[in-house]
Amino acid sequence: MPAPTNFRGRLLRLAATDNVAVATVNFAAGDVAPIDDGQIAIIDAVSMGHKVAVAAIADQDKIIKYGCPIGSAVRPIRVGEHVHTHNIKSDYLPTNARE
Amino acid sequence: MKIQGYLRDDGRKGIRNYVIVAYLVECAHHVAREIALPFRECGTQLIGFPGCYPNAYADRIMQRICTHPNVGAVLLVSLGCESFKRDRLASAIRQSGRPVEMLVIQQNGGTRTTIADGRNFVEKALRQLQNTPRCEMNVSDLIVGTICGGSDATSGLTANPVIGKAFDWLVDHGAAAIFEETNELVGCEGHLASRAITPELGRELFNAVVKAEDYHRVLGHGSFAPGNADGGLSTQEEKSLGAYAKSGCRPISGMLKPGDIPPRGGLYLLDVVPDGEVRFGFPNISDNAEVVELTACGANLILFSTGRGSVVGSAVSPTIKICANPETFRRLGEDMDIDAGRILEDRATLDEVGQEVVDSILGTAAGQATVSEALGHQEFILTYKSFEPLGPSCLPR
Repeated sequence: MPAPTNFRGRLLRLAATDNVAVATVNFAAGDVAPIDDGQIAIIDAVSMGHKVAVAAIADQDKIIKYGCPIGSAVRPIRVGEHVHTHNIKSDYLPTNARE
Repeated sequence: MKIQGYLRDDGRKGIRNYVIVAYLVECAHHVAREIALPFRECGTQLIGFPGCYPNAYADRIMQRICTHPNVGAVLLVSLGCESFKRDRLASAIRQSGRPVEMLVIQQNGGTRTTIADGRNFVEKALRQLQNTPRCEMNVSDLIVGTICGGSDATSGLTANPVIGKAFDWLVDHGAAAIFEETNELVGCEGHLASRAITPELGRELFNAVVKAEDYHRVLGHGSFAPGNADGGLSTQEEKSLGAYAKSGCRPISGMLKPGDIPPRGGLYLLDVVPDGEVRFGFPNISDNAEVVELTACGANLILFSTGRGSVVGSAVSPTIKICANPETFRRLGEDMDIDAGRILEDRATLDEVGQEVVDSILGTAAGQATVSEALGHQEFILTYKSFEPLGPSCLPR
């Protein structure tokens, strides 16, 4: 079944304390994505399932998703930026990347 | 829905009545595969252990799977010079009341004669199994395992929480539900420990995850594939939190190691990371190695969550594949049993899809083929490991 045409997607914040939210569709840079009662201007293109900063994050701040830390920032991250392996790192084990 | 199970001599109940053809070293794999091939569509499955060196863990897993309640009869295929303790395995199967035969290729005239003799046994066994006693089976008789494979960021949003709901339902109805992947719980150890029914069990759960983290640190990286990052997961602990959702929210009744059968209903963690110093390589080299361990713990069926789109099934324990990602479902729908990605597109709720999983469990237990069964998937992989026995706090009464 194709995706419903009226489905616009949003940023899904999984817990109130999260500083990232998940894209439920692909967003392009410059899109304005709905979140809860508001909206966020998307800075980088993000694919579905990827994370976007919904609060300003300082270098070494914890990244919070599901209400739990999922790693730490390795540089400052602005609201609307894609949050991924290029700007956060694990507090446990290094992430294995394809070369 | 009434489930008619297959009653075994030990009182356990199966949802399938398979004839197993098992090779005991890679050198016997071809012969075993050829024996099983003509019967693939009618209830015969191929399993085996490739190694020539002895391993107590592999002995135990093979013994548990050959006497699994979904199994009715077993043909063992040995080359002859390997170290596998084949007589001990044959004797354990015989004692379980199952028809068993062992063919040793070196003593049996070679490839052609062994294939012919093996096929004769399988034909006879399939006929004999038509008389296996049936029995009424309740949800409380079921053991269900879960795993996620080919995870992406949608796994932790849709399919895994859906499995968590099904797990809560199973536990509430007296079934045993087993989650695993201690290497994919790194970051969840504190919360995990807090759900244990005793503080001593909580310490065991915590330590199992610490052991997994240490093990992976020595090996150089965690249980994290490049496809996980393509799918939006950035760190091991993020992947873990998503994987952890499969366990639902009931208290944790015990911890198992591969081959331990849950003593009663409840929620169990299966510790899949070997004990002692790091040896033999990665704990589970691919998803099916974990499915095999769940099967060895008696799992009648497996709930398999996938985001990127795994197509695998499993030998012995039918696999219900729950697709987390709506785009993956549009690409690979023919390989999926349940479309949980609808949740992400507001086309279904977690509770609705959770109910679909429960219905699928009941249907599969009643004999309906899952998608991977119908497509002929029978993946099986068993490698070297070593474990110490369970500690006394792992299964509190």
